[in-house]
Amino acid sequence: MATQEQPRPLNPVQSLAVRQPVIAGVLFIAIATGILLIITRQQLLFPFWSSIAFPMLAVSPFIVFALKIPTRIKLLLVLVVILLIIPYLGLKDSFYLELAVQIGIFAAMAMGLNIVVGFAGLLDLGYIAFFAVGAYLWGIFASKEGDTYINQIHAVTTPESFYLFLFGGIALAAIAGILLGLPVLRLKGDYLAIVTLGFGEMIRVLVSNLSNISSDPTITINITNGAQGLSGIASPPLPQFVFDAVGGIANLLGIKIGNIEGITYQFFFYFLVLFIGLIAALIAARLDNSPIGRAWTAIREDEIAARAMGVPLVRMKLLAFATGASFAGAMGVIYAAKQTFVSPESFSFNQSIFILVIVIVGGMGSIRGVVLGAVAVTLLNLQILPNLSLLLNSFKNSNEVSASVQNFFKSIPSQLEPAKYQRFVFGILLVLMMIYRPAGILPASRRKLEIDEQMGKAKDEALPRSDVEPEGPFITEDPNNAA
Amino acid sequence: MSAWQRAANWTLLYVLRPLGQIALFIVLSALIMSALALTIGFVLRTPWHGISALKTYPNIDLLRQVITQLPNMLVDGITIGFVYAMIALGYTLVYGVLKFVNFAHSEVFMVGGVVGYEVMQFFSSAKQLQTMSPVLLILAMLLTSMVICGLLAVAIERLAYKPLRNAPRLVPLISAIGVSFFLQDFVRAIEALARNQFNLSYPTSDVPLLSNVRFPLINTQILWNGEMVPVATSINMNSVIVIISAILMLIGLNYFVNGTKLGKGIRAVSQDQGTASLMGINVNLMISLTFLVGGALGGAAGVLFGLKTGKITPYIGFIPGLKAFTAAVLGGIGNVTGALLGGILLGLLEAFFSSLLPYFPALGSGYSDIFAFAILILILIFRPAGLLGKKVDEKV
Repeated sequence: MATQEQPRPLNPVQSLAVRQPVIAGVLFIAIATGILLIITRQQLLFPFWSSIAFPMLAVSPFIVFALKIPTRIKLLLVLVVILLIIPYLGLKDSFYLELAVQIGIFAAMAMGLNIVVGFAGLLDLGYIAFFAVGAYLWGIFASKEGDTYINQIHAVTTPESFYLFLFGGIALAAIAGILLGLPVLRLKGDYLAIVTLGFGEMIRVLVSNLSNISSDPTITINITNGAQGLSGIASPPLPQFVFDAVGGIANLLGIKIGNIEGITYQFFFYFLVLFIGLIAALIAARLDNSPIGRAWTAIREDEIAARAMGVPLVRMKLLAFATGASFAGAMGVIYAAKQTFVSPESFSFNQSIFILVIVIVGGMGSIRGVVLGAVAVTLLNLQILPNLSLLLNSFKNSNEVSASVQNFFKSIPSQLEPAKYQRFVFGILLVLMMIYRPAGILPASRRKLEIDEQMGKAKDEALPRSDVEPEGPFITEDPNNAA
Repeated sequence: MSAWQRAANWTLLYVLRPLGQIALFIVLSALIMSALALTIGFVLRTPWHGISALKTYPNIDLLRQVITQLPNMLVDGITIGFVYAMIALGYTLVYGVLKFVNFAHSEVFMVGGVVGYEVMQFFSSAKQLQTMSPVLLILAMLLTSMVICGLLAVAIERLAYKPLRNAPRLVPLISAIGVSFFLQDFVRAIEALARNQFNLSYPTSDVPLLSNVRFPLINTQILWNGEMVPVATSINMNSVIVIISAILMLIGLNYFVNGTKLGKGIRAVSQDQGTASLMGINVNLMISLTFLVGGALGGAAGVLFGLKTGKITPYIGFIPGLKAFTAAVLGGIGNVTGALLGGILLGLLEAFFSSLLPYFPALGSGYSDIFAFAILILILIFRPAGLLGKKVDEKV
């Protein structure tokens, strides 16, 4: 072909990524790791560099997967990041490990919400309720301080029963999911969203008021300790050799650790969350490609047509609610054991929206997208915004900057700390995503098709008619490309 | 028809009839709710079926408490009910036209409360609060807030909903949640910059008329178990202002929707957008107008809420917004009269629950919010069309 279009000249970064993808991937990871290893907490610009380099490292698996590299090397690079670099950084500064654990918890929960919202198309605004169910299940039974309130309930549980309660949390959350699902089966769209929101708020009001269920005013039977929350929740016991091993490795690497127990537990939860997150992703992926997943897709695209084709609506919807809820239940148990403290504040409407933002930013229906969303949104929330606040404060107080710079930063009132304005950021993020990329950063191909079709097709019509649903996309016989 | 006759007709249609309707709703809901409260008081004098959670404190006669507090509950419930009704109208109007729940409406309501506070602060810092006419003050607060909130609602529609009009229904809903989140922190940032705090208290105590004047409504005693029990209530100026301004605005809205050409346009668009546009109605203009009216009502409700409760924060919109939405659904969403009925019923229910719950040691007043949600869920399950709504069959 003589008139082949001239490709646009690539910039050096692009050309490296195209011609030498392996080197590009390794270089990317190396730069991020290098920055994180060089900087120390005493430096003025530490918050700045750390909130650039750690997100780089956290998204590097996605970058590696996007490059044209043999699968084996991709896996190797990702494993190096997850199993070597992040634990090593965590050993040096446990905050990174904390971030990684939080990302894992939210990623797993977002995968659960993704089943309800992304696969089955049922918007759930009270998803955090199931997280609360799991967290309070372990919290009530394993809180040492709770003993004084709840008449020795702790005596029937030991810290070892954590793993049993993990399954208990899954089962209880699934039951709660069915209980929510049953009454709302007939509702759709906006109504469903508001009712689930009401359900979530009810659970929150319930746990913040179950501080006395005794009808005799002389006796108090306290279950959740109300707004103060339960503290002193047990973590599962670890054998001594694990602590020794962590201490030994730290010694070997020449890293001084103050609180060896704390860091070992961080490692334990890191690997636990990683393991359970992987299982959750596997379950979600398998479900998506199963007859159940296809039934969910059918319900999402056209409920009436799905019913006409013999999809059992009741069973499938309840299954979606129960499966989605169970992910949050498991994570709730882990969260309670990790934080050793739960209070109703952690289960507010805000948190439900936080998880929804993850799913939407990442891409509804896409498992990879949801994980990327969890990385981006969690880091934005827990690292980047607080670091901006930190940076502002250090500019205010540091002697390293000139007086005029210092005065400029001092003129910014402390009420405007970025860390307090998460809703501001998330609100803008939600609106912009909906307008410009409603299918998310890494959209599920099927979902993107649906939205494009609906929006693009309606534009061709002469009249904007919101009450007439355009026809669904033409479906080829290959449903496997849905993931 | 003479001019006099026409004026009389007009008054009958747009003033007396809605007034009668409002009065009817108030009386009917008050009667039904009083009957309900008395029944609850009677049934729960002894724990129902021995359920211990329904046991009251010892030495408390629930029925007696209900009787003595009933007038108070009615006044409180009707006052807050009007505020809910006005917010609910914003949800209902938008739902009627666009078939979508304007989640950001609760934040428009909150902005209304904040604007009202700012206007009051403006007069307060000008040392005018003690001397100026309270009617003028309230009017200034209401009008400023209505204008700002109406424009805000139109701006929200233009920026965040209009580009998504053809998208799947969940997309604009999520965008609305985003707007709502953004507005909360945006207002917080502005107030933090301007006042260095964002928990705002209305300076109502500086206005003698607002803080001191109370009108006694009932003051009598009834014979109960051989002793005289006082039954008394009074209504304070704030509540009177809330009720009167709400009634005036509801009459105005009724005239606008049913009596003007623009209102006819809005009704036409809510029935069938396509046909309305074929008939030469500017659909976009009508949608903007709906948001303007709904936003203005929400803003006014914010001012009234602030006057009644005295406190406004950037995060206050959520719960009243949810309750108002419940009220809209209770009355039948998309139905303007229904929103009024739903608001008053919900206000009364809330007043009853929050004054009766503290008598149960195992429950406590913290649960009063649960009832609004429980009602919402029950209605949506058993009568999704609401009390006054029509059942709409799904078209295939």
